[in-house]
Amino acid sequence: MENLRVLVVDDEPGIRFGVTRVLQAFRVRVPESDGDVGFAISQAESGEEALSALAEGGPDILLLDHKLPGISGLEVLEKVAVRDQDMLTIMITAYATIETAVTATKRGAYDFLAKPFTPEELKATIAKTARHLLLRREAKRLAEEKRQVRFQFISVLAHELKAPLAAVEGYLQLLRDHVVEPGSPKSDEVLGRSLLRIEGMRKLIGDILDLTRIESGQKKRELGDVDVREIAGRAIETAQPAARARQITIEVHGPDRLPMRADPGELEIIFNNLVSNAVKYNRDGGRVDVTLAQADQTLVVRVADTGIGMSPEEVGQLGGEFVRIKNAKTRNVMGSGLGLSILKKLAALYDGDVQVESTPDVGTTFTVTLKRQ
Amino acid sequence: MTTPPTILVVDDNPDFLEQMKLQLEAAGFQTVAAESAQQARELLPTTDFALAICDLMMEHSDSGFTLAHAIKRKDPAIPVIMVTAVASEAGVTIDASSKGERAWAGADVILDKPVRFEQLTREISRLLKLPH
Repeated sequence: MENLRVLVVDDEPGIRFGVTRVLQAFRVRVPESDGDVGFAISQAESGEEALSALAEGGPDILLLDHKLPGISGLEVLEKVAVRDQDMLTIMITAYATIETAVTATKRGAYDFLAKPFTPEELKATIAKTARHLLLRREAKRLAEEKRQVRFQFISVLAHELKAPLAAVEGYLQLLRDHVVEPGSPKSDEVLGRSLLRIEGMRKLIGDILDLTRIESGQKKRELGDVDVREIAGRAIETAQPAARARQITIEVHGPDRLPMRADPGELEIIFNNLVSNAVKYNRDGGRVDVTLAQADQTLVVRVADTGIGMSPEEVGQLGGEFVRIKNAKTRNVMGSGLGLSILKKLAALYDGDVQVESTPDVGTTFTVTLKRQ
Repeated sequence: MTTPPTILVVDDNPDFLEQMKLQLEAAGFQTVAAESAQQARELLPTTDFALAICDLMMEHSDSGFTLAHAIKRKDPAIPVIMVTAVASEAGVTIDASSKGERAWAGADVILDKPVRFEQLTREISRLLKLPH
């Protein structure tokens, strides 16, 4: 059980001992934390004593009498607030005047307790304060975690962009230094490879823009009545040139019209990702089957290829961002490693999900379910 | 005129491998390329080469080391140049200043990526005792 440290500052021994007795046995249920929260209480009888206790490491909750001999409660508050501690203060006031309240709040007091107070009033105020404190800490922790993930994402991204850039730079230097004679067949090959790397970078940047647009929620969703079959058809047309070059057949199965309320742009990204991947990771002469079906309020999109497939371990790895399955078979396939992340985020917008089934050298089937909006 | 020496180049980065090959061929060498330490190992018994240039981190972070040792087992006289991006990516420098360290690594020379080609050809000439 987590214990929050409480420091009671009051010159009246009765208050100090009363608070200690009541809070020692008190437990607060905090939904976000596992189990109850208890309290460990320490005492100070003057402002001076309070300040030296605070200097040694602040409590989580400060119960501070307003009227103290010597340094007053408000002065203590002022000195403490400057330090910006991760602590909440409850002012104990005998004659609660508006001015005191305003000053105390300005200096960062979280709540007030008017003397005399009952054990119930004390418990209610402490419970409220404890919950607020723990929620605030949790929010802070989550924000920090998010920041860390973001950093990691950016550093991997930089690396992913650096690699093709280094490749293109190397090829250009070969041409500049006439290691490869300009105009020779070799130079055509070098230029072709450079353009391929640039295309890969373009795809990566496009995927990142998609991903950030979805994540930031900045792009307004434009829900309208769309024909899923038509969008699937367009994605297939886009993939046709690449498919034809490798004698891959793409077929679509399902009703001729499949109306749905959705954002057409989002559906396009989903279908383009699914179909282009099914072509990319296919074998020459293979096939891609796009099956559309609806059950109740759910649209099921299944895209199956007859490609290189993945082992169960590789399927497990697939979830992470920038994860690309690296093996001899994927060596010549370009990808950003962001496709599945994008699919999952989009599916989540439709309360849906993405599932992957795969067998090495047989093929992979992606199933995306989307709930009607 | 004698035939130019053959150099085995091993790197899992296809662009780097291709660029290295083009450079070496332009400099008058013959090349044999392998895209993994595994592929290089398969080539070893049947391929004759005068010198090898291996990337350090391929399938595994020490693929280059184990490959270098395999090459030395085949023929201890074949010089091995190890190229590595460790320094630029992880900020680690492999200390190859002493003969013992280099022998431990299985490499005669260790070069950091990006490799300056003039330096590479200089090292090749020195190791193969070529004129100029």
